[in-house]
Amino acid sequence: MSQKESLFSPKIIKTFLGPLNQNNPIAVQVLGICSALAVTVQLKPALVMAISVIIVSSFANLIISLLRNTIPTNIRIIVQLVVIATLVIIVDQVLKAYVYDVSKKLSVFVGLIITNCIIMGRLEAFAMGNKPWVSFVDGFANGVGYGIILILVGFFRELFGSGKIMGISVIPEFFYQMGYENNGFMILPPMALITIGIIIWIHRSWNKTLIEK
Amino acid sequence: MEYFFNILVKAIFIENMVFAFFLGMCSYLAVSKTVKTSNGLGIAVIFVLLITVPLNYLINKYVLGEGALSWLGESFADIDLSYLSFIVFIATIAAMVQLVEMFVEKFSPALYNALGIFLPLIAVNCAILGASLFMQEREYSTITEILAFAIGNGIGWWLAIVSLAAIREKMAYSNVPAPLRGLGITFILTGLMAIAFMSFMGIQI
Repeated sequence: MSQKESLFSPKIIKTFLGPLNQNNPIAVQVLGICSALAVTVQLKPALVMAISVIIVSSFANLIISLLRNTIPTNIRIIVQLVVIATLVIIVDQVLKAYVYDVSKKLSVFVGLIITNCIIMGRLEAFAMGNKPWVSFVDGFANGVGYGIILILVGFFRELFGSGKIMGISVIPEFFYQMGYENNGFMILPPMALITIGIIIWIHRSWNKTLIEK
Repeated sequence: MEYFFNILVKAIFIENMVFAFFLGMCSYLAVSKTVKTSNGLGIAVIFVLLITVPLNYLINKYVLGEGALSWLGESFADIDLSYLSFIVFIATIAAMVQLVEMFVEKFSPALYNALGIFLPLIAVNCAILGASLFMQEREYSTITEILAFAIGNGIGWWLAIVSLAAIREKMAYSNVPAPLRGLGITFILTGLMAIAFMSFMGIQI
């Protein structure tokens, strides 16, 4: 290495910003939807899930990137799965210890972070061929890109579904007296899909380069 | 027998993997462009579920669960290894998928050609790991129940992906707003299908 890369070079910034817009893991790459939708009925589980994914994806990227020259290609999938599974077990135990009620609500979906395609996808596509720091940033940014969508969906579903945000009522009593009612439909699973569909619609009409033929 | 049938119907329609829990969504959205390939993937999922769920059940019952090691002797009776279940389940699944792939390649090249590229993909399909985790959470007690649960989930997933692919093939002829084309409309379609499937929720079994 002739010259040392600075901590926040343009490449790093680009790696960080890509997943937030142009390469968003959910809205553009269609990765990691599996474990995302069921946890967005309320904002709080969505937030916890987003943080867990950010942690797992940045550290998995970091570890795999450190090991990338020693992993034999044939068994790389198993090695990646083991690294991810270990991180997920740590996250799961921490959640059980400190936020037990949320952990109960997330049920099997914490375990399903293991098979979250974003994490596997980034390990395969990025961490196997890049240096540790930039991989860490990539993992972090993808986690954030995923988290943003999750939080948006959780926010709208909780707001319209039960009139609350983070468990606190925000719609004034006055509205209910005028005849406003919470839309119970937003709490049901299908609305998560439709909300994401609408987010994609808005995102693509704003960023026209992403429109599919 | 009646009980077996109930679990089957429940897993296929009422608690459908895709529409009620959103499991296996990544490949569900990515592979559902034509009926033919979705059919292949769906059958591969049924196949792998049928092998991994009973296997993980046995592992859970005799190795991981609370007091599961009591067959080794008195002193092992109070060991609870269930915190290891994620890593053991996923390792079992990844290993079984590899094994099944080698086995199918050797004994049935025709089936291998049909499933081919889908088998390795399945190791990271959340529906597979999800089924094992739900199996652990719901505490089914006999192997027949587990088999019914595995087949039901597989068929439910197959049904979901084949019907979405059929709709998407028809969609090619309709005029969808440009920003919604492709991914966006697929999400909304899946949402509408999920609403249709919710009508099964009222069934009491």
